Amino acid sequence: MEWRAWLPLMVVGTSLAASVGIFLLKEERHALRSGFNLAAAAIKLGLVAWMAVGVLDEVHFETRYTVVEGVSFILRADALGVMFAGLSSVLWLFTTIYAIGYLENAPNRSRFFGFFSLCVASTVGIALAGNLFTFFLFYELLTLSTYPLVVHRGTDKALRAGRVYLAYTLGGGAVLLLGVAGLHALAGDVEFAAGAGLRTLDPALHPALTALFVLLIAGLGVKAALVPLHSWLPTAMVAPAPVSALLHAVAVVKAGAFGIVRVVYDVYGIEFTWSLGLLDPLALVACATILYGSIRALAQADLKRRLAFSTVSQVSYVVLGTALFGAVGTAGGLVHLLHQGLMKITLFFCAGNYAETLGVHRIDELDGAGRRMPATSIAFSIGAFGMIGIPPLAGFVTKWYLGIGALEAGMGWVIGVLVASSVLNAAYFLPVLHRIWFRAQRAPWPDERFRMHRDTHPWLLVPTLATAAFSVGAGLLAGMPYSPLYWAEVVVLREYLP
Amino acid sequence: MSDGQILPWVVILPLGAAIVTVLLPHAWRTAASMAAIAPQLLAAVLLLRDLVVLGPHTYALADHAAPLGIALLADGPGTTLVLLTAVVAGVCFVHAAASLRGLSANAHFWPLAWFLWAALNTIWLSADLFNLYVGLELLGLAAVGLVALKGSAEALAAAMRYLLAALLGSLAYLLGVALFYGAYGTLALADLQALATPGTTTMVALAFMTLGLLLKTALFPLHAWLPPAHGGALPPVSALLSALVIKASFFILLRLWFALGSDAASLALAWMLGLLGAGAVFWGGWMAWRQTRLKHLVAYSTVAQIGYLFLFFPLVAGAAPHAAALAWDGTMLMLVSHALAKAGMFLAAGNLVLATGSPRIVDLSGISRFRPLSLLGFGLAGVSVMGLPPSGGFTAKWLLLQSALTSGQWGWIAVLVFGSLLSAAYVFKVFRHSFVEGPKRDHFESPSVVLELGALALALAAIAVGLAAHAPLAWLRIGTPYGVPG
Repeated sequence: MEWRAWLPLMVVGTSLAASVGIFLLKEERHALRSGFNLAAAAIKLGLVAWMAVGVLDEVHFETRYTVVEGVSFILRADALGVMFAGLSSVLWLFTTIYAIGYLENAPNRSRFFGFFSLCVASTVGIALAGNLFTFFLFYELLTLSTYPLVVHRGTDKALRAGRVYLAYTLGGGAVLLLGVAGLHALAGDVEFAAGAGLRTLDPALHPALTALFVLLIAGLGVKAALVPLHSWLPTAMVAPAPVSALLHAVAVVKAGAFGIVRVVYDVYGIEFTWSLGLLDPLALVACATILYGSIRALAQADLKRRLAFSTVSQVSYVVLGTALFGAVGTAGGLVHLLHQGLMKITLFFCAGNYAETLGVHRIDELDGAGRRMPATSIAFSIGAFGMIGIPPLAGFVTKWYLGIGALEAGMGWVIGVLVASSVLNAAYFLPVLHRIWFRAQRAPWPDERFRMHRDTHPWLLVPTLATAAFSVGAGLLAGMPYSPLYWAEVVVLREYLP
Repeated sequence: MSDGQILPWVVILPLGAAIVTVLLPHAWRTAASMAAIAPQLLAAVLLLRDLVVLGPHTYALADHAAPLGIALLADGPGTTLVLLTAVVAGVCFVHAAASLRGLSANAHFWPLAWFLWAALNTIWLSADLFNLYVGLELLGLAAVGLVALKGSAEALAAAMRYLLAALLGSLAYLLGVALFYGAYGTLALADLQALATPGTTTMVALAFMTLGLLLKTALFPLHAWLPPAHGGALPPVSALLSALVIKASFFILLRLWFALGSDAASLALAWMLGLLGAGAVFWGGWMAWRQTRLKHLVAYSTVAQIGYLFLFFPLVAGAAPHAAALAWDGTMLMLVSHALAKAGMFLAAGNLVLATGSPRIVDLSGISRFRPLSLLGFGLAGVSVMGLPPSGGFTAKWLLLQSALTSGQWGWIAVLVFGSLLSAAYVFKVFRHSFVEGPKRDHFESPSVVLELGALALALAAIAVGLAAHAPLAWLRIGTPYGVPG
């Protein structure tokens, strides 16, 4: 094997090694642990960037070996995988910085950062998995590594949330396993391959394939928080802010959405899925989730819970794009995989900043926060406007492509859903912005800290501003090489023109 | 030296060690035992090399060929299990040397444990029913002695119960052996395979032997003796018992099945075993979840996991060769990974009990902060026990699922899936308590690092065997109907 065969494994291995290293460090070695963490995040980002450049030049990076006869472990860098791996390594770096600041003086940091790294290792494994078996391996590892993060605080509420989280994700995992194993029994080792698909199988198997598709989507839909499998997500909000940020932006929810993308494009193949008549139901579920999440978000008084329901809604844009048969719709869905990640992580960072700096958790306590924390509030506004889809921000690019894609696929009614969702997005974000910027502070902040800083602690502020800047850039510079849209188009070109 | 000469040494060495440790003064026994582990491990590795080079081979002890003398047979499953035994017992011995230091049980542990090891290797490598009986009897007595070592009233009661079950099991088995000998005049499995005809004698003999072996394997509903014995024993003893001892009687059942089962036993019997296995998975899992004491939870988990092994019979009976081969691979991998994971889990549980000073699960609160390494060993072993990837337990479950899917036996799929969820419920129960930030407790005993590393090593091996299942599965197939014939 030459070095190209090792690179995907090294990318996963970086976070894995970081995790093991952190577990071995003593609790008190804070500086060393932080250094180790940041170094690993930086190395990983470098490796992924290296792979990304290679993938554009059609270089083949693949790690592969046989686990048991007929089942391989495959890690492979293709355009779609590198896109997701890139997102997770960029956001890992920022979230690590944020978490170091957020957890300053908190107990159990060794445990936290160890599982945090393990969680990222699983996410990158999911991104680079080359077949369903390997995908499932990391998908379940993600469940295991996020549980300790969800229950991190050790309170009754956290433990209850952990139980709900496990019941949903392990149940979903079991359904997914049935789908994966069933497909394996029918079609052998199912490798992800653009444009391939299962269409060569005997038409007599089509009903079985349809049933397996339903199992796979149901299993993945739990993590992707498709209605009615979503209720673990708002419950899991008890986790510390960096965990929520990572969970919502890239790790768990996205792993589900990414899995659905993989199943539709690289396992069944978009044309075959379409010919089985499975795209319309998928689009319907996605639209139902988009509207339901937004409506529920309206009613939430807690900022993090409102953001959680917003995630339920937004992640389904990815699923919706996947379900639109046509290049433009696909691009819209894929690009939202990245856009939503950037915007949502910004919003969660901001929610964490408000909570840590002012002790504010409820939306009606935010009156006048813009004056006390202008930088955080600007970042929050950018994220919110992006979510609503105001041009030229990232969210607008998504909605534009999804709309055109819907017309192309002959599903004009989807535009109605997009408009309704944007109106709802505005309805639940604008009142928050109004309180932040235009109302005067009513009462003293519940629990104010960092008085010496103009805004908040720099370890919290810098990542927030960075991801906010990225989400502006992703919209403004959408036409430039290496932008999220550019990557989405590369993936689409390779998918539709194999 | 690939001439098959290593085979007898695999049995002679532990037997010798047992006798030497009986004769040595108490103070020397631990050191002598530690010195004997490495040769034992080496012999197991060399035997495996012989197997790969020579294929299945036999050795007639004292030049008496079967059926009169003692003949040993090294085939794929037997040899692989010899190696497994060496690894698991080796780690348990090191753990025992560290954890029993200063206890009165220390001196008596070593002879008993070496007899146990010798009995296990005898069973893995015997090809006739009488040899197997001798191994089984020795194994049962040594195991009962080890359970009684703890000396508490509870342990003695558990040991008595275990003794009763073991004797009853041996008796039923011996009855079957006598019937076979009376009818066919031979006890070598290969001869019986050629001679035995389906009929009342064969059926009755098989029924007695199966019953006896089920009792010794603690298959639901004959499992009642297991939880107090495995849960109440000293940690390294629990680990040896759960990982290896109950597998021995299951292994004899497999040997019987291969030699005689396909003719005599009907589909109905296979289904009955499968249904009992399913019952074990659910009842054991449910009871494990309800336990308040950590080691008893792990013991009930063993009751549940044994159930998976018995799915082999219905999956194989009447199935196409491909599906049957998958079932064999899955079952053997399940056996191996359960042995590694459960031994690791018991050792880790022992460490946790040592750290908290309490056998109860609720007292684990706060342990994840202060003794992360002990918990990590338990956690990694738990991954394999739950059958979550990446682990041997998962790969085994995957193979069993594939087997059930290819032969269209949907019922067993449900057992596999719901069984996993149930096991997740009890394993996570332990994790949950370890994360509780309850009343502030900031002092825990610290188990020595040897103890923690021992548990961790076995748990890691259980993970690794899932990712690199190719090689062990290839060894396990040698000389069986599913592999290259010898």
